[in-house]
Amino acid sequence: MSTVEPFTIEQFYKFLQQGKLMASKCQKCGKIHLPPRPLCDNCYSQQFSWIQVSGKGKLVTYTIINVAPAQFQALAPYAVGIVELENGQKIPGMIQDIAREQLKIGMALTLDFGTCSAPQQWPAWPRYCFKP
Amino acid sequence: MVNAKPLVSIISAGMSKFGKHDGLLTRELFAIAAAEAFSRCPKLQPKQDIKAMFIGHMGEAYEHQGHTGSTLADWAGLAGIPATRTEAACGSSGVALRSGIYAVLSGLADMVIVGGVEKMTHRTTAEVTEYLAMASDYPFEQFHGITFPGLFALMANAHMHAYGTTEEQIGMVAVKNHYHGSLNPKAHMQKEITLQNVMGSKYVAWPLKLYDCSLITDGASCIIITKPELAKKYTDQPVHIVGTGQASDTIGLYERKTLTSLQSTKLAAKTAYEMAGVTPDQINLAEVHDCFTFAEIMHYEDLGFCKEGEGGKLVERGETRLGGHIPVNTSGGLKSKGHPVGATGTAQAYEMYLQLTDQAEKRQVKDAQIGLTQNIGGSGATAAVHIYRRDQ
Ligand SMILES: [Zn+2]
Repeated sequence: MSTVEPFTIEQFYKFLQQGKLMASKCQKCGKIHLPPRPLCDNCYSQQFSWIQVSGKGKLVTYTIINVAPAQFQALAPYAVGIVELENGQKIPGMIQDIAREQLKIGMALTLDFGTCSAPQQWPAWPRYCFKP
Repeated sequence: MVNAKPLVSIISAGMSKFGKHDGLLTRELFAIAAAEAFSRCPKLQPKQDIKAMFIGHMGEAYEHQGHTGSTLADWAGLAGIPATRTEAACGSSGVALRSGIYAVLSGLADMVIVGGVEKMTHRTTAEVTEYLAMASDYPFEQFHGITFPGLFALMANAHMHAYGTTEEQIGMVAVKNHYHGSLNPKAHMQKEITLQNVMGSKYVAWPLKLYDCSLITDGASCIIITKPELAKKYTDQPVHIVGTGQASDTIGLYERKTLTSLQSTKLAAKTAYEMAGVTPDQINLAEVHDCFTFAEIMHYEDLGFCKEGEGGKLVERGETRLGGHIPVNTSGGLKSKGHPVGATGTAQAYEMYLQLTDQAEKRQVKDAQIGLTQNIGGSGATAAVHIYRRDQ
């Protein structure tokens, strides 16, 4: 078996760059962590395995950011939300390719690996987003 | 009448005017608050009597000045005593107060000054927005363009969806708190506003508008606490702290089970209520963390002032306005008094001190016996709740 990638947020984003949405599963208690954590917050185990997660989910809540930080000003106004994936994990992100009036709590969204760029020095992570 | 046992007693309190203080540094602003607390209590000999300091201060970026615990002790004329800075974002001085109570109850310090300060208005709105956002999760919230108002907007939308809370009800919090602020000579904004003003203001993060957001403010506050048996040596009118609770939650909003309440507030409140032997219906007035108007509605529910989902109706019925059955944020709250983040927790305690010693003038709540303060950090990863009782 090849070496297992570290269970870090950095590695989570590296997988995204490869087009994979990955979570870690605790080998002791079975809890799934998305993002991964080096220490299980449920049972304190440090033994995990990677599992691939579906990027399909439903919108739990959303807002439209009108007043944006300097780095995101070119994109404003933009929609952000929290999406509950099919496996029950929740993850926040921008929502693109949808008119404001069509946003609805409960609607189906899919994670898109295509990056939405905003300039910055650190970190060099891809920025995923959600689309209908 | 509630006769809860005091944990510690407040013998004095001080607060700078909240507003825009051009040309003052953080340390100078704090000295103003300390000077008021010292002069209110002529029997106090600060250098001899005060044994420790805990200070809430969020951002060293504002003035390129870290290490502010000892800096403030120095400028308050207290160099020599142990001085500790606590940082929990907007909850920094609620946590400083809690830390001061630990110190007194441990027996290591009979008398402690706790306070907080933030100097913000000399920075641009973009800079302040960036500094404040640091209180939220970086890798999944800030990194994806989610602002601080954005996080509360996400909660507000979830609450509106679950319970039918309306934008108008949310806006009524601003109208009420501006009314209260108009009666507070130390408030940043001392003018009333209408619901039309709120509804007509620009969206910051839908459904939250400019008038739903607390103010960027300069200010400092402090209180002096001691063992209950020593309090009467210094003042005839102490105010007793009878319950304290502090709790934490996940830093990421997205990892929480519910988005319509704050578990940290509920946990901290439960601890404080049990310690005080007080139930929510016995609270006569409260100062809660209205960083955004919607948050106040959620806090009513989490603190047990009404049932879950009914916070919007509580403000609509006027029950939390002066004259209502539980006035909330008589100081004007963060919305109208202002929100110098590190100073907010002990500014709430300052208002409670005034109210429970009948010094709140035009905004005095008559016959108030028991008060509560709730101070949160970030999107609620920290909450500190304190319960206060009038001396009998
Ligand atoms: Zn585990």
